[in-house]
Amino acid sequence: MNRVWLRVAAPVAVGLVFVGLWALVVWYFAIKPYVLPGPAEVAQSLWNDGRSLLSSLWFTLEVTLLALAAAVLIGGLIAVLFSLSRLVEISFFPYVVILQVTPLIAIAPLLIIWVHVLTSASGGGDHPMIALLVCAWIVAFFPIVANTTVGLNSADRNLLALFRLYGASRWRTLQLLRMPTALPYFLAGVRISGGLALIGAVAAEFVAGTGGAETGLAYRILEAQYRLTTARLFAALILLSLTGVIIYLALDRLSRLILRHWHESAGASEEE
Amino acid sequence: MAGVAKRFDTGVEALGGVDLTVARGEFLSLLGPSGCGKSTLLRIVAGLAPPSAGSCRLQIDHAPGRIGFVFQDPTLMPWSTVTKNVLLPFRIAGRVGGAERDRAETAIEAVGLGGFERAYPRELSGGMRMRVSIARALVTDPDLLLLDEPFAALDEITRLALNDDLLRLWAERRPTILFVTHSVFESVYLSTRIAVMTARPGRVSADLPVDLPRPRDRATRSSSDYVAMCDRVSAELGKAMGTR
Repeated sequence: MNRVWLRVAAPVAVGLVFVGLWALVVWYFAIKPYVLPGPAEVAQSLWNDGRSLLSSLWFTLEVTLLALAAAVLIGGLIAVLFSLSRLVEISFFPYVVILQVTPLIAIAPLLIIWVHVLTSASGGGDHPMIALLVCAWIVAFFPIVANTTVGLNSADRNLLALFRLYGASRWRTLQLLRMPTALPYFLAGVRISGGLALIGAVAAEFVAGTGGAETGLAYRILEAQYRLTTARLFAALILLSLTGVIIYLALDRLSRLILRHWHESAGASEEE
Repeated sequence: MAGVAKRFDTGVEALGGVDLTVARGEFLSLLGPSGCGKSTLLRIVAGLAPPSAGSCRLQIDHAPGRIGFVFQDPTLMPWSTVTKNVLLPFRIAGRVGGAERDRAETAIEAVGLGGFERAYPRELSGGMRMRVSIARALVTDPDLLLLDEPFAALDEITRLALNDDLLRLWAERRPTILFVTHSVFESVYLSTRIAVMTARPGRVSADLPVDLPRPRDRATRSSSDYVAMCDRVSAELGKAMGTR
C-alpha cells in the first residue's frame, strides 16, 4: 500500500520540482516567451485554447487508434500466415523488415500522392485521413508481426509432441497451443505499437499538413511554430505526451488483466 | 501388445538394436544411465519419432487417446485451469461433453487433486503439477502409458507418494506401462519387469522379472527380498555401464 502511494508521489514530486525550476529560470534570466514561456503561460494557453486543442487531439487520437486497430488485425493475421507456412514466412519477412526500416517520413509524401490519386479516382472521400492512417499503420504493425511470429513459433516442444500424439489438426494446434503461447508476445507487441501509432500519426501529419477542416495536434504545433505562439506549442506538446502515456497505461493494464492468471509478467503488481 | 524390435540412429547412434517384447498389462521399467536412448525409445513407441532401422509394432488400437504420455516436466498449459488441462485430449478431438467432463473429474480425483479443478498450474506445487500431468494421460483410459522419468525432478517425499499413487492407479486400471527411470530403487519398487540398458548406443543388456509380492507398500522397501533385488539390479546396471 505504502509503495503504491510512493509510486505516485515520487514522480509527482519530481515533476513539481522541475516545474518550479522552469519558472525560476524563465523569471531569473528574463527569457522571452517565444523562446521559452513559463509554466503559467503554458497553463493559460491550455485553458484558453483548450477546446480547439482538444478537438485537434481528438482527430490525432482517431487516426492513432484506428491505425492501432488495423495494426492489431492485419499484423496478427500476417503473423498467423507466417506461422502456418515457413515458406511464406521466409519469402515475405524481409519485405516486412524493409517496410519497417525505411523511415516513415521518407515514404509519407509518396503515400499521400497515391492515396490522393486513388481516392479522387473513386469519387473523393476523406483522403487526408486515409493517408495518415496508412502512414501510422506502417509504423505500428511491425512490432505486432515480429513479436507474434516469435510467439507462435515458441510453443513448448513436449506439448507439440503431445498434440501430435492425440492426433491434433493444424488448426487445433494453432487454436489451443500456438495462439495462447503467443498471447504475451502479441500483447507486448501491441504495447509498443500503441506508442508507435501515435508517433506515426504525428509524423504523417507533419508531412501531409492539412487538407480539410479537421486538423490534428501535429499541425497545431507547426502552426504555433510559424506564429511563434510558443506557449500554445507547449500546450499541444503536453497533450500529446499525456495521450501517449494514457495509451501506454491502458494497454499495459489490458495486458495484465488478460495474463493475470498465468504469466509471470502480470504477477509482479499483484504481489505488491 | 507384442513384438518390438527397434534400431535407431541420429548421427550419433542413440539406440543400437533393441529387441523387446512387452505383454499386455505389464509394468516394465527401462533402467539405464543418462543418454542411453531410453527417452528416444519411448518416443518411437509413441509414434512421435520414426526408427531409423527395425520396427515397432503395437497390438493395440492406434486411435488417438489409446496411448498416454507423461514427460519429465509436467508440460501443462499455464493459461488453462487444471480441469481444462486434463480435458486436453478431448478438446483436441473437438468433443467435450458431459461424459468427458465426468471422466476428467474422475481422473482428477484419482490423482488426489479434488478441489483444485479451477486452479492454474502456477498456483500448484511441482508434485501437484505432475499429478495433473498424470491425470491428463489417464483421462482417455489408455491401453499403454508411457512415462519418461516423470518423478526425476521431484523431492524424495513427493516422489515416494507419487510412486504409491502410480501403483494404485495401475492396479485399478491395468494399462500396460513403460516407465523410464535411472533410479534402481524406483524401478524395483514399481515394476513387474526391468530392462537394463547400456550407455549409448543403447541396448537391452539384462531383462529381469521382479517377483516381489503385491500390493507393495512401505514394508516392501525394507524387506530383504527388495534389498536383494536392488543389489542384483544395481550389479546389472554396473555391468551395463562398464561395457561402454
